[in-house]
Amino acid sequence: MSVLVGYNTRLVVQGMSGSAGAFHSRQMIEYGTNVVAGVTPGKGGAKVEGLEKIPMFDTVAESVQHAGANTTVIYVPPPFAADSILEAAAAGIQVIIAITEGIPARDMIKVKYVLDHDYPGVVLVGPNCPGVITPGQCKVGIMPGYIHKPGGVGVVSRSGTLTYEVVGQLTKLGLGQSTAVGIGGDPVKGTDFIDALKWFAEDPGTSSIFMIGEIGGDSEERAAAFIKENVKKPVAAFIGGQTAPPGKRMGHAGAIISGGKGGAADKIAALQEAGVAVSPTPAEMGSTLAKRLAS
Amino acid sequence: MKIHEYQGKELLRKYGVPVPIGIAATSAAEAKAAIPKVQEQGATEVVVVKAQIHAGGRGKGGGVKVAKTKADAEAAVDKIFGMTLVTPQTGPEGKKVQRILVEQGLAIDHEFYLGILLDRATARVTVMASREGGMDIEEVAATHPEKIFKHAINPATGWQGWQSRALAKQLELSGKAASELNKFLVSLTKCYEDMDCSMLEINPLVTTKDGRVLALDAKVSFDDNAMFRHPELESWRDPNEEDAAEQEAKKWDLSYISLDGNIGCMVNGAGLAMSTMDIIKYYGGAPANFLDVGGGATAEKVTAAFKIITTDPDVKAIFVNIFGGIMKCDTIAQGVVTAVKETGLKVPLVVRLEGTNVDLGKKILAESGLAIVTAADMADGAKLVVAAAGGQVK
Repeated sequence: MSVLVGYNTRLVVQGMSGSAGAFHSRQMIEYGTNVVAGVTPGKGGAKVEGLEKIPMFDTVAESVQHAGANTTVIYVPPPFAADSILEAAAAGIQVIIAITEGIPARDMIKVKYVLDHDYPGVVLVGPNCPGVITPGQCKVGIMPGYIHKPGGVGVVSRSGTLTYEVVGQLTKLGLGQSTAVGIGGDPVKGTDFIDALKWFAEDPGTSSIFMIGEIGGDSEERAAAFIKENVKKPVAAFIGGQTAPPGKRMGHAGAIISGGKGGAADKIAALQEAGVAVSPTPAEMGSTLAKRLAS
Repeated sequence: MKIHEYQGKELLRKYGVPVPIGIAATSAAEAKAAIPKVQEQGATEVVVVKAQIHAGGRGKGGGVKVAKTKADAEAAVDKIFGMTLVTPQTGPEGKKVQRILVEQGLAIDHEFYLGILLDRATARVTVMASREGGMDIEEVAATHPEKIFKHAINPATGWQGWQSRALAKQLELSGKAASELNKFLVSLTKCYEDMDCSMLEINPLVTTKDGRVLALDAKVSFDDNAMFRHPELESWRDPNEEDAAEQEAKKWDLSYISLDGNIGCMVNGAGLAMSTMDIIKYYGGAPANFLDVGGGATAEKVTAAFKIITTDPDVKAIFVNIFGGIMKCDTIAQGVVTAVKETGLKVPLVVRLEGTNVDLGKKILAESGLAIVTAADMADGAKLVVAAAGGQVK
């Protein structure tokens, strides 16, 4: 079992003809992902080097109609990425995974508003995230596939490279993963911790959860409250940025709006309060979960 | 990207947001010449001399003076221009004042707080306001959160008149001031939206004895991701406000922040970069910088990043910590090797590589013939680099 992506995923790659899109399409296919189409406006019918067997379309709607796409991954440059997300939703795609880094907040506020109101069933993961992988079945995104191993740990993370770090540690300890979801670090995003925690809590293939948060915002605090009430499976976590110098990025208003939340100490305290095992360093994430499972 | 108060006010004026009459200057002589002009245009003897630095808390640090006469104003200019202003936000080293704003003094009735920014929790741009304006707004937020009123902007409609009316009641404004507040907010929220602001803070927002509503201060910052829509804003960048290494990093689209320690760090991904700092501290070291080379870096970019780190005289050892995804390990390795060959390696270098093309990356490092210490994992690398920098590994 898994969440979001798996054997049933039929993937369209938006921006497949770009260099990142082409490179990662080849990597995804090599991993075993069922890539059924590529989309780049104006490139319908063209061939992309190394991906000659994958049909290219001008629109996402055509990839749904002619290739049966049900999931999309977006590598489109920031100025056009919001448009690409909305195009996918309008075409009937149910799972949208946006890798693109650097989409203006103004664009994402509108995208989120439209998705929430016009396409309530559609799941957006990202933007600015590594993607989603169900080890052994399907890799959608930019993560290195080989570090993963099928198993029962659900991973959810705000940070891309830290996700690889925890997965690498878990695999070395023999703890495989059900699905790893990178939700991305942007202020306005689709899937948040609580969504992923809910999926993992309900997924019979997931037996424990690792969560990676970061300083800033209050979604870790809200996730902690959710875990306390709703998650019976063992959870371990790590919060990045514990020693980051305060005030380098946030002005007054950032601290005021979140009611003084956002610091690492508050997040760690909230998670521990909820019964979550918190790893003291980024090098002990895997062993922290292993200890929690053994206790 | 942040801009100065006077630039922020220029922007607000363009959007029809009322601000006091004022003239900005880049020398003491220019500032003094501005005094009589402001007095005449403002129809008042009273002027305010304000230091222009990006950090907040200027008033408390002595960077803002109200002068009742021309002579007082000139004395204030002499005192403020060129001073090293220390505020809670500048750090103990302070900031040299090289720009001044001379502004019309106003007969203030009440000082309010007004801020517009994105609320991550609701994914809405939110207007926050309080009757408790002025210097201690953070304390108000901490001790009396009920005194701060929040109104989210619906992305489909924008700011609405009823929200202004509701806010006016909460702020205990009526009559002319209430309708002035509405005009003020319609213009200000439009400015926020059009200009891709990430924060617009007016502290204080004032009402005057004659019923006007004005922005007495303006702290404006823009969404760095949206700069492609506003190329004109580049000219508002003040190089004096930015750390030299941070500016060089910006040229290469690298995310770099100078810190006080002696271990240079080069990492991919903000989360891993922050955690690398965490683990260096955990093992008893101190990072000299935060440096995220980002996802799609080229070898040239990595070379540039490496040079920025080696230029810092405080750096006693370097830790390269990479877990490749979109970033390939061979690209990092190639960039590091090129940089070392160009600049020479004067301090120990510890490299930890993992992820996409890791074997290729390790091969490039091994074949380079350079004295590079390879770490097995992150903890190993952190311990090695703390020791290499002359620290005691905890």
